[in-house]
Amino acid sequence: MAKLIVDGSEIEVPAEFTLLQACEQAGAEVPRFCFHERLSIAGNCRMCLVEVKGSPKPVASCAMAVRDLRPGPNGEPPIVNTRTPLVKKAREGVMEFLLINHPLDCPICDQGGECDLQDQAMAYGVDSSRFHENKRAVEDKYIGPLVKTVMTRCIHCTRCVRFTTEVAGVCDLGAIGRGEDMEITTYLESAMHSELQGNVIDLCPVGALTSRPYAFQARPWELNKTESIDVMDAVGSAIRVDARGREVMRVMPRVNDAVNEEWISDKTRFIWDGLRTQRLDRPYLRENGRLRPASWSEAFAAIAAFVKATKPERIGAIVGDLAAIEESFALKLLMEALGTKNVDGRQDGTALDPRFGRASYLFNATIAGIERADAILIVGANPRREAAVLNARIRKNWRGGRTPIGLIGERVDLTYDYEHLGAGGETLAGIAAGTHPFAEVLRRAERPLVILGQGALTRADGRAVLALAAKAAVAVGAVKDGWNGFSVLHTAAARVGSLDLGLVPGEGGLDAKSMVQPGALDLLFLLGADEVEVPAGPFVVYQGTHGDRGAHRADVILPGAAYTEKSGTYVNTEGRVQLANRAAFPPGDAREDWAILRALSDVLGHRLPFDSLLELRRKLYADYLHFAGIDAIAAGDAAAIAALAGLDGETDRTPFASAVKDFYLTNPIARASAVMAECSALANGALRQAAE
Amino acid sequence: MLADKDRIFTNLYGLHSPGLKAARLRGAWDGTKFLLDKGRDWIVEEMKKSGLRGRGGAGFPTGLKWSFMPKQSDGRPHYLVINGDESEPGTCKDREILRHDPHLLIEGAMLASFAMGAHAAYIYIRGEFIAEREALQRAVDEAYEAKLIGKDNVHGYPFDFYVHHGAGAYICGEETALLESLEGKKGMPRLKPPFPANMGLYGCPTTVNNVESIAVAGTILRRGGAWFAGLGRPNNTGTKLFCISGHVNKPCNVEEEMGIPFRELIERHCGGIRGGWDNLLAVIPGGSSVPCVPANEIIDCPMDFDSLRALKSGLGTAAVIVMDKSTDIVRAIARLSYFYKHESCGQCTPCREGTGWMWRVLNRMAEGRAQKREIDMLLDVTYQVEGHTICALGDAAAWPVQGLIRHFRHEIEKRIDDYAANPHLEPVLQAAE
Repeated sequence: MAKLIVDGSEIEVPAEFTLLQACEQAGAEVPRFCFHERLSIAGNCRMCLVEVKGSPKPVASCAMAVRDLRPGPNGEPPIVNTRTPLVKKAREGVMEFLLINHPLDCPICDQGGECDLQDQAMAYGVDSSRFHENKRAVEDKYIGPLVKTVMTRCIHCTRCVRFTTEVAGVCDLGAIGRGEDMEITTYLESAMHSELQGNVIDLCPVGALTSRPYAFQARPWELNKTESIDVMDAVGSAIRVDARGREVMRVMPRVNDAVNEEWISDKTRFIWDGLRTQRLDRPYLRENGRLRPASWSEAFAAIAAFVKATKPERIGAIVGDLAAIEESFALKLLMEALGTKNVDGRQDGTALDPRFGRASYLFNATIAGIERADAILIVGANPRREAAVLNARIRKNWRGGRTPIGLIGERVDLTYDYEHLGAGGETLAGIAAGTHPFAEVLRRAERPLVILGQGALTRADGRAVLALAAKAAVAVGAVKDGWNGFSVLHTAAARVGSLDLGLVPGEGGLDAKSMVQPGALDLLFLLGADEVEVPAGPFVVYQGTHGDRGAHRADVILPGAAYTEKSGTYVNTEGRVQLANRAAFPPGDAREDWAILRALSDVLGHRLPFDSLLELRRKLYADYLHFAGIDAIAAGDAAAIAALAGLDGETDRTPFASAVKDFYLTNPIARASAVMAECSALANGALRQAAE
Repeated sequence: MLADKDRIFTNLYGLHSPGLKAARLRGAWDGTKFLLDKGRDWIVEEMKKSGLRGRGGAGFPTGLKWSFMPKQSDGRPHYLVINGDESEPGTCKDREILRHDPHLLIEGAMLASFAMGAHAAYIYIRGEFIAEREALQRAVDEAYEAKLIGKDNVHGYPFDFYVHHGAGAYICGEETALLESLEGKKGMPRLKPPFPANMGLYGCPTTVNNVESIAVAGTILRRGGAWFAGLGRPNNTGTKLFCISGHVNKPCNVEEEMGIPFRELIERHCGGIRGGWDNLLAVIPGGSSVPCVPANEIIDCPMDFDSLRALKSGLGTAAVIVMDKSTDIVRAIARLSYFYKHESCGQCTPCREGTGWMWRVLNRMAEGRAQKREIDMLLDVTYQVEGHTICALGDAAAWPVQGLIRHFRHEIEKRIDDYAANPHLEPVLQAAE
């Protein structure tokens, strides 16, 4: 700890603090543009200048560490002033320089109202300009379909460059030219290749980088801001949904150090146009092979008639990837009431099963724990595609330079270096048996982390791979007191919740794969399950939000609410229970999903025991206590992993492949989004770029 | 006047061969092993005693700088980096050393490296210096061949000397930008602290010295710090290469004692001012980045760090740019402003935006197309740039403008008045013509 005097008050801070942090701790406000807590220090905007007694020049507080300050001649603590005329003059000078070449187009700038430069110009700017020369104009650059550039507005803080190189791990953005001719661009104006590129929009302190899909759509002060949780992947990033009236206008990240820090993936951010298109806004009934609009009562009556005529063991239900706990719970109760054991929340056919214990399907190390790992083994996952924000955590650890990373599976660009150990089960068996050299690396590590992806678990030999991975984790000492490194990486937001609820087939019941075998069932209930191919034969009730695969096959469509339109509980891959909130209302006749199921249960004669969301939750919490612990993780019992390791099974020789084939098109909302379609085409090389 | 026996650069004009044999005849590599045997501390002490101040422009005491290097290595290697990126307009001393006396430099580099525990020295040569790089490389090869340097040399201290060629950016003469460029990155200055003595080249302790500072080290140690300290004036000791350019009868490079009065320097070596002393308008005494000094103040001023500091200018690199009364001083400074605008790296705000602003305003003032109130505004802008930047390029861009306004405000005002009286330089065309 070091003592210093800021604006006359003495404070004590850790010596490695920067002056800026120390000043903030002392309650002084320090303006900044280039400084960002999660990026390296550039010290180039010069806005954070403060006066240090004894230094002839003002000092950039973001770049100066407290320990580098010299004490006074008699050992007095160093004196820092943030409110002297010298500081004010210096900051006003910098502000003037920033503004002389900055266009006065705030009225047509999308950053207007949430612009750092605008805000700080209120404090340090003057009302008129002394600059009578021509302003610099910079040509706009194409850097992809997501980020719009107006480069004349750029103040060269280089936050975007630092973000892409440091956090996102791509070297796409850079500065060319020097002096006042310096310009930020991608090489030959090609699109950026990162799944996290949208974050540069938030980082840009001015309107140089703005959201292209959101361009000229709304002003920040018109928007209702709702704090919520993302469901595009199993990370459960903290988001803020900005809506105007009924429409979601954009999605922004919130800070949650335990999960997403303050980054979100592009799918999370730019999905919102998918919430408007292809929506199911009224019930439909299939008559003579064609779907026709129907009323709720007609739809329910049709279902009731079919249920009555069907034996319980010929009824099944599959829960999709975006379902919240509430509706899954309601569906589970309904199916129990109907007497069927054919329920499954694992439409991808993963081998995970709650019978193996909660620890067997959680990311036990936790996302924040990735940073503490000192050796990482990735099995059958492509975290960059399956959980882009989580991948940034792995990269953050790797940037420390001391963590060896091994990968079993596809050889892909993960934005960090890794050792490609092998393609499939044999290599994993080698690790488990200790014959593979990387096993020694893991064993030597204090906190080895084994990340198991769905690509390895959704295969026919999934259970054997799961057991083998558990065996490997136990063998290398990844499961011990104070550290559980056996971590399953999920790809669907609903999956952990479904497993927690026990949405797996009961004794003698059919799992998702068997349910969609021809002739297996007569009635299939799909709760937002679009990733399964339902054969001809069963009567299909699809409850969901989008006219996607499930709806096309359906005989009855019940329009539900998307994740921004309901209050729902989600459990992320590490087992963290989080609450998503309603930012807008479902379109047309669509209703919240639990309410649909509750109404349907009444018609089916098995009324569910709750009349409101509150009552539902009360019952839910009574049955599953840990769902009440919002934002908390109920850790699984590590003994489960040792038990899992005892299972046997034979792995086959096919190589592991990632469960996510196309990052941009993993769920019905994404498939309805034009922006995601463009990104997908670009990523697959189907779209020609300007530079070609 | 400096006696011939006290000259360090005895082949400054290339009258003799720059080769090893000739250099040895002139005294280079003489008793180097003896000097090395005296030990690290002795060398640093002797350099401190000599009072040598860095010849790159800032005038920081060289011996003191060497003493900042960690005494014990913490496992990281130490490096000496020699700044041969001589790009300051007006300065042309280092290239003469590189071309004609390279062995003094290599020997000095070895002694300096030894004094700071470095086993490798890098020299970063300005991009435009093609022949100089080749000349130095020849000398380095000779020294390797004669086993004067290298892993296994006659001096018993492993030492490697690497010649690196820049790509022609002024900013790469700034010590940390030079290190960045040497590492293969963009030549942008680093934030300090940490200083290079802690975290320099590749994150290792590094000292960056000017070519001249290193090249004089061998002779200083051979003849003793006291000899060097006996030349010049207190706190401004020794000899110095002056590069006199501009409106003198015989522009030249010359090694002279520090503190030689300006008049003597010009009379003795340059054949006087073009058109006589009455025709002298102003002098930029230390390369383009220091403020100019009007004739009456400079004529009898001793040319050293402190005396010129007192005139609110500086000795800088001792590149004396002489301007007689035919000079359009406003245009001259405007041209310098353009240079700094062009060479600003663009990293930090005041320099990136301020240099262009200053140049544009000065350009208008050179024509007279300005308001008188803008003179004070321009001065204010220079103060907003000065001292607020990461490196000293912002200061270097501001000082010439400050010097101009301080001494030649009347000239700018006259220009503005003239323009206001007759804004059309060309006669206005009539419709019928």
